[in-house]
Amino acid sequence: MEAYLDNSATTRCYKEVADLVYQVMLEDYGNPSSMHQKGVEAENYVKDAKEHIAKTLKVNEKEILFTSGGTESNNLALIGGAMANRRAGNRIITTAVEHPAVSAPMQFLKEQGFDLVILPVDGQGVVKMEALKEALTPETILVSTMYVNNEIGAVEPVEEIAKLVHENCPKALYHVDAIQAFGKYRIFPKKAGIDLLSVSGHKIHGPKGVGFLYINEKARIIPQILGGGQQNGMRSGTDNVPGIAGLGLAAKMSYEQFEEKISHMYELKKQLVEGLKKMDGVIVNGMPVMEGAPHIVSASFLGVRSEVLLHTLEDRGIYVSAGSACSTHKRAGSPTLTALGMKKSQMETTVRFSFEEENTKEQIDYCLQVLQEVLPMLKKFTRH
Amino acid sequence: MTFHSFLIKYAEIGLKGKNRYLFEDALVRQMEFALAKVEGQFKVRKEQGRIYVDCLSEYDYDETVEALQRVFGIAGICPVVVLEDEGFEKLGQDIVKYLRDLYGEFDKSFKVHARRGRKNYPMTSMELNAELGGVILNAFAACHVDVHEPQVLLCVEIREKIYVYSETIPGPGGMPVGTNGKAMLLLSGGIDSPVAGYMISKRGVQIDAVYFHAPPYTSERAKQKVVDLAKLVAKYSGPIRLHVVNFTDIQLYIYEKCPHDELTIIMRRYMMKIAEHFAKENNCLGLITGESIGQVASQTMHSLAATNEVCTLPVYRPVIGFDKQDIVDIALKINTYETSILPFEDCCTIFVAKHPVTKPNIKVIKRSETHLEEKIDQLMEEAISTTEIINIE
Repeated sequence: MEAYLDNSATTRCYKEVADLVYQVMLEDYGNPSSMHQKGVEAENYVKDAKEHIAKTLKVNEKEILFTSGGTESNNLALIGGAMANRRAGNRIITTAVEHPAVSAPMQFLKEQGFDLVILPVDGQGVVKMEALKEALTPETILVSTMYVNNEIGAVEPVEEIAKLVHENCPKALYHVDAIQAFGKYRIFPKKAGIDLLSVSGHKIHGPKGVGFLYINEKARIIPQILGGGQQNGMRSGTDNVPGIAGLGLAAKMSYEQFEEKISHMYELKKQLVEGLKKMDGVIVNGMPVMEGAPHIVSASFLGVRSEVLLHTLEDRGIYVSAGSACSTHKRAGSPTLTALGMKKSQMETTVRFSFEEENTKEQIDYCLQVLQEVLPMLKKFTRH
Repeated sequence: MTFHSFLIKYAEIGLKGKNRYLFEDALVRQMEFALAKVEGQFKVRKEQGRIYVDCLSEYDYDETVEALQRVFGIAGICPVVVLEDEGFEKLGQDIVKYLRDLYGEFDKSFKVHARRGRKNYPMTSMELNAELGGVILNAFAACHVDVHEPQVLLCVEIREKIYVYSETIPGPGGMPVGTNGKAMLLLSGGIDSPVAGYMISKRGVQIDAVYFHAPPYTSERAKQKVVDLAKLVAKYSGPIRLHVVNFTDIQLYIYEKCPHDELTIIMRRYMMKIAEHFAKENNCLGLITGESIGQVASQTMHSLAATNEVCTLPVYRPVIGFDKQDIVDIALKINTYETSILPFEDCCTIFVAKHPVTKPNIKVIKRSETHLEEKIDQLMEEAISTTEIINIE
């Protein structure tokens, strides 16, 4: 049996999305900037995609900007947002559990002279509101938090954060990295008080290399990619029409039969967590099952290095991630897990399981059964 | 400027006696192999005790020189301009043009060195030297002749056509691969073993390799890294047969039965045994390792003696007296360093003890190994029979 439980790293494209991408590449391959019919056809795909996305967020179509993915959306929101508002103040705020696509641009801004505050989190990965209150000075121009944490599935109280930010710092922009949340939560930025919101295509069964940034019409940011002036000059470069079309359809499909899908994922999560809790030496990290994100389970298998467990499971057709899949190139412990106060010895044994709607109860049973079988063997052989 | 040909100078081969042709033929073979991957048509030919590469079509100069610079046995590569014989006056003009193209306003000390392969040419070599020297002196005011230590030695060879060259690009030296048998390299994925393979290969030895893979403790990426390293070494050594041995069961068995601080030594003894098995199977005359005295616990004099003890074939350790930085320098030169430092765990480090023995006593090690008697032969056979062979071109 095969069980792909690494959907927070990336997902398989929906068949309908792949078909659409294929069609746009081979048949409707025009450049939306061209004046002829082929260009108009292509432009329509971009318009449709914007419409789908705007509808899911209940925002204006012109507030959607297409990018090359989550990382670019985050970079543009943070660097572009801070640069545009630097006259209003110097303080920028983020949390200690951000993805590197947020923490790295924030560090870059710090090097450029901004006053960066990194907020601590509690043991479940939720940002400490007291610390936020304290950090919000009149100088604050930008606040960025995740919606769902990619490593442990913690859900941040974005509406509360937005309220605090806007009450205390009317000039500040609030950016939300919703890369793990879009498609799993109904997100309405206008109602929630979110000014900038980043989303990636390939986490929601769309193509890789495409994403979008929601920019509230009142928010001002400075473009980071200059050139031919596409997308009203906010992001130059020929539109990635196949990717954008695919992203639009994937966004729409993500919110179809939404409640069923989410409750199915919670069922799977419950099943996995209950199974894990029965095993010796296994710690399930993060929030209680129903409070955390429906699709992410983080667990530590004390005495078994996560890499070894990962490869053992891989041999049985089960795909998981050790910490965060984006961090295979680094040896240092995960900053997110460190921020939770986790010891290095536990961190090294932490594995992430992440689901999608197509995963089944049988796959979870299989995964638990394999774990039960291999863990005693793996625990026997450890480095002393 | 377009060069039509390369004259290849070779190093030690020239000192060989009656079997010199064997070395020359091997060198031609290796050059043909290296050039096969370069775009363009080339002909490698031996002529009057020299080797030429004729460029028969358009070709990429840099790529061609780079390929030749990786062929062991080549001491120097001289890019040659080939001229038609259209009388002395034309030759003088062409040579002035050649110097201008290559050096701009030619202001160096020089010497002309003419040779006649075709003895019916109307001038003698001495006359040619003098007359061409005169033409050059007239053409460039700032140059002068120095027959003892010229900055530029301009060679002019009169054959059917006229060959002109003045530059020598250094080659790698060494001996052509295939003139000195074959050896089995223990390739880990670290910095040292690819360098060791390169060094032995440079002496004309053909290389095969063995890698010990320990899934799930080492990842597929660690294996890919070793394949990539083998490809980099193969750019010099020619094709490599890479044996990927699944070592997990043996390693776990040793872990279970033997004292932990001896694990690495005992493990390495079994690696040597398996490597020697494949060496003999592939007609290799020795083993190659990247060991260097004292670098780690398993490479002390005592440890080396303990691992060496299981081998019947000679074990070559070309970096044995090198400091780490010396090895790194070569790794940088042959372009393996970047790959070697990718952070994937290899099978030598996964179970390493906090304090491994540094002065193992062979008697003690052998006593520990008696605990393995029950299953080790069977596990060795399994490891050998399930070995995957990857042909690296």
